[in-house]
Amino acid sequence: MDPRLVTAIIVVVGVPAVLVGYIWLTERVLGFVGQRAQPRLRPWLWLAPALAFLIVFLVYPTLGTLVRSFQDKAGAHFIGLDNYAWFFTNDSSLIALRNSLIWLVVLTAITVGLGLLIAVLVDRVRYETVAKSVIFVPLAISMVAASVIWTFMYDYRTPPDPQVGTLNAALGSVGIAPVAWVQISDFALNSILLVVVMAWMWTGFCMVILSAALKGINPELLEAARVDGATEGQLFRRITLPLLAPTLAVVMTTMVITALKAFDIVYVMTSGHFDTQVVAYQLINELYNFGNSGRASAIGIVLLFVIIPVMAVNIRRFRAQEAIR
Amino acid sequence: MTAAPITSAAARPSAPGRAARFVRRLPLHVVVIFLMVVWLIPTIGLLVNSFRPPEALTQSGWWTVLFKPSQLTLDNYAHVLAQSNISAGFVNSLFISIPSTVIPIMVAAFAAYAFAWMKFPGRDILFVAVVGLLVVPLQSTFIPILSLYGPKGLNIAGSFLAVWLAHTGYGLPFAIYLLRNFMGELPREVFESASIDGASPVTAFFRLALPMTVPAIAALAIFQFLFVWNDLLVSLIYIGAQNPDNAPMTIVVSNLVSSLGGGWQYLAAAAFVTMAVPLAVFFALQRYFVRGIVGGSVKG
Repeated sequence: MDPRLVTAIIVVVGVPAVLVGYIWLTERVLGFVGQRAQPRLRPWLWLAPALAFLIVFLVYPTLGTLVRSFQDKAGAHFIGLDNYAWFFTNDSSLIALRNSLIWLVVLTAITVGLGLLIAVLVDRVRYETVAKSVIFVPLAISMVAASVIWTFMYDYRTPPDPQVGTLNAALGSVGIAPVAWVQISDFALNSILLVVVMAWMWTGFCMVILSAALKGINPELLEAARVDGATEGQLFRRITLPLLAPTLAVVMTTMVITALKAFDIVYVMTSGHFDTQVVAYQLINELYNFGNSGRASAIGIVLLFVIIPVMAVNIRRFRAQEAIR
Repeated sequence: MTAAPITSAAARPSAPGRAARFVRRLPLHVVVIFLMVVWLIPTIGLLVNSFRPPEALTQSGWWTVLFKPSQLTLDNYAHVLAQSNISAGFVNSLFISIPSTVIPIMVAAFAAYAFAWMKFPGRDILFVAVVGLLVVPLQSTFIPILSLYGPKGLNIAGSFLAVWLAHTGYGLPFAIYLLRNFMGELPREVFESASIDGASPVTAFFRLALPMTVPAIAALAIFQFLFVWNDLLVSLIYIGAQNPDNAPMTIVVSNLVSSLGGGWQYLAAAAFVTMAVPLAVFFALQRYFVRGIVGGSVKG
């Protein structure tokens, strides 16, 4: 037998066993400390495995990034806030900031809005699983393959060459002249078209999570309201929506972060040309194309700060959740 | 636990009632089917192109196969599947993905339970910090982690263990965030009555919190598996150069494209070959999206 298979089996069975054993052991250990110390100690023991992973794989590298963001290209000298000053004063990054904001708003609106709509609608039809899989499929396609197919959707050929792009061919069939979609930077139309690709992929993500929350709503609650004569619209606004609110906040937060980190689609479809660059693309560009990890680090730290307001909203929400449950 | 689906009417409606019901529900079906079609068009385009030769791709649109089906070929699939290391890559992808899904979910569930149901100083700040880590660009973590994995550190670069640990670390912020939200939604009475009955937090976690969060855990498992299965970057950095024998399918596929220069017509075929497994996981976990898991246990 493949020795790696043995290892994999040991890991899949062994690791959960070890983790369960760990939690069981902590309870035993807590038995020896005083009654009053137990509630203070227990949370840290439950958090310990997660915190260990997070500190090693995310916190420690981020501290390195923070230090590096104050250094020059080669990492030889400290240059104070120069990397940040550069980022906030050059035209290209200002456009990237604007585009990231567009990504954040448009992507979140489309994916969460449609994800909610689909989750609620398919809950009422018998072909729910089929419908959900259709929406889910794009997420299972790799980012690069998705970019390839959408390159063909938006493709433009200078007439009289025949149009092989789906969108332009569709326009042509009703007699409208072809459009070079990804080159139109007016009103950031091309950025929005790139967001559409991402939304096509991620709507399934929002749908699956919202659907999971929807199934968690107590059916007796809805039935009771129906008996009292509430309409379906009232049911949705007064019961379903408020109960889904926490999960809506979770998918919104996740989509905001996904929008901020997106770079693959821009990279494959426009390489950041025609004013389509976004902040995460600038980071990758500085890191790999210009070899300036000082500037790349500064951009990474900027991204961390951008989400602070989003996190503040989350905290308030969790406090409210705790107050009412 | 056995709550009836809300859409089923109490009694079988009579024939005219059924017709009226159909008309009333028609807009619902129209909207759902419209969205399905919109979502399917690019996917079908990709599927059709995966069966076409590269010259045809750049000369005519994919819909032309409707008029000229003769251009269809299995060559792209044959080429992808003929890669000597494709089956090894498939097995490696499974070896990488399964532990990388199981470990973070368990670790996250403990942490989420602590965040949702235990009180301790600094809890909110710590939680925000954990979720805030979602935004850390993975690229910025590679160099410090590689030196940790290197011969001077743990010396595990190139091994499966290296990617399992990395995916666990990278997947935890979202896993903790999602599970904490769902666990926090559970009604307080459940835990209070359990505690009065003398149940320890361990019992409450395994007997109540975990079973009642099953839909969320299923959703999380689908996504964590999917992200790891489709991941190229993390595997490339921690396995890629050091140990080609352990390379997952994504690396095999990416080599296919770059080594042939513009061989991206194979990408479409490869996309459908690799998509099968995450879709199977999605279908398998669908049955945990059932109504009433929480509802049934609140009573009593």
